[in-house]
Amino acid sequence: MSKKTLIPIGPYHPLQEEPELFKLFCDGEIVKDIKWETGYNHRGIEKLSESKTYEQVFFLVERICGICSTSHPFAFANAVEEIAGCEITDRAKYIRSFIGELERIHSHLLWVGLAGHFLGYNTVFMWAWKYREPVLDLFEMITGNRNSYAMFKVGGVRRDIENNKIPAIRKVIDDLKKKTDLLTGAVMDDPVIHARTKGVGVLTKQDVLDYAAVGPTARASGVAIDIRKDDPYAAYPLVNWKVITAEAGDVFAKAQVRLLEMFESISILEQCISGLEKTKEGEVNVVVKEIPEGHGAGRAEAPRGEVFHYVVSDGSNSPVRHKIRAPSYVNIATFKKACVGQTIADATISLAAVDPCYCCTERLATAYDRQSGRRILSAKEIIDLSIARTSELKKNTKQ
Amino acid sequence: MNTDQVIGKLRETFKDDITEVLKKSEKRAVVTISPGAILRVAEYLYKTAGLRFIIASALHTKRGFEIHYHFSLDATGLVLNIHVILDQDNPQIESLSNMFNASNWIEREMHELFGINFLNHPNQEKLISEGNWAEGVYPYRKEFK
Repeated sequence: MSKKTLIPIGPYHPLQEEPELFKLFCDGEIVKDIKWETGYNHRGIEKLSESKTYEQVFFLVERICGICSTSHPFAFANAVEEIAGCEITDRAKYIRSFIGELERIHSHLLWVGLAGHFLGYNTVFMWAWKYREPVLDLFEMITGNRNSYAMFKVGGVRRDIENNKIPAIRKVIDDLKKKTDLLTGAVMDDPVIHARTKGVGVLTKQDVLDYAAVGPTARASGVAIDIRKDDPYAAYPLVNWKVITAEAGDVFAKAQVRLLEMFESISILEQCISGLEKTKEGEVNVVVKEIPEGHGAGRAEAPRGEVFHYVVSDGSNSPVRHKIRAPSYVNIATFKKACVGQTIADATISLAAVDPCYCCTERLATAYDRQSGRRILSAKEIIDLSIARTSELKKNTKQ
Repeated sequence: MNTDQVIGKLRETFKDDITEVLKKSEKRAVVTISPGAILRVAEYLYKTAGLRFIIASALHTKRGFEIHYHFSLDATGLVLNIHVILDQDNPQIESLSNMFNASNWIEREMHELFGINFLNHPNQEKLISEGNWAEGVYPYRKEFK
């Protein structure tokens, strides 16, 4: 039996500050098995939610994820509104979808940047994050916050987007379209990125169905599921757009799906703005007096995939049970398929490909040989391995 | 297949195991079944009807432990909840993880937080607390007076 070396990635991932620990069991440079540990910072949000009122839960679930902070309130609002049986106004629908899509763009730009950073290709990182900045500024202009926008409530949204802001919003979106175009071209045509991501971390269609993966992870393997289309909510049935898929299932396909999705999101944003112009300012709320007894399943398509909230109400002012399923819960499990058999350098980008923001290289722990206790690789050496591989590919492509 | 067809087929195939059917809307339905039928029902939904397993929610109520298995029919947007009620003193049910990997983690989580035992689970280790939590203490259980 060959001896396996344990290489831990974690227990904290610094870029997203997420407590996750991946244990890569390697034979030489090849990953033979992978195990995942979590729960270092288990926040007990489902339990906490039972002690909050429905209004307070919005602020609680908004803090589940710092990047896609609107997707959880979105799904929660859908669940509670299903129990209450209320229909929100068209203007509130447009605002909800507008926030949702703007968030998708900033999240995808963040991922593209991090993926570049992970490959040791920092130009992509700097470009993508530079282009993401105006999106966050736009958020600040509309909601008052760069993140955790506190826009959602039962029956509508907390703040209107005044029509006098529309010209400024249009300008940002027009600029964004040009920059996204530029970035997409640069990433999709780059031979180094092709060499590092094509055929790496492949997830087959059967794997996706087996693990019930969602979002761009599933769509990159040819499984065209998107809650915005399948179980339409907010303004998505009112606007035209298409679901982006790819067939290869590798890291490149996942990047391709995310990049092309941004154009669809920009198109939805433009249509939402036209929707805002057609509806009356200020009509963003309907009054919901009480949440009756019952249960509701709310879904929303977050940048990473389907967010699912299941709320059970006993007629009081707080949920009696609140189950939350974030997309990464099912997507992370696919690592077992995507990483085993790869080299360590490729495993790191495969881990990042489902978008748990994995470019946490400075926290990659030191690898020790289990038997002798001898240090094999330091964090810096593991990063250097990845960067060296990219440089080598760059050199080869030039020849 | 639309919602009525899915429910109709379920009624027809598992008529002895279904105790209640509630169609809330075209996109939401709850089917209560006896716990012994979960493997057969899940197999039908996953393999024959092509539904996707979303997640399962466990609840502790006065009736005992309840599990809602949420399945999605993405072609129509239907969320089908398969509802089972387990015994208060000895909650256990067959694991679905030998059929699809999607239920592996959530079953481990329900085992850890509610103390529900999943029979024939491939690996019913702790998922969250990694041995930092007392044995036999289940944080999501409730006390009823």
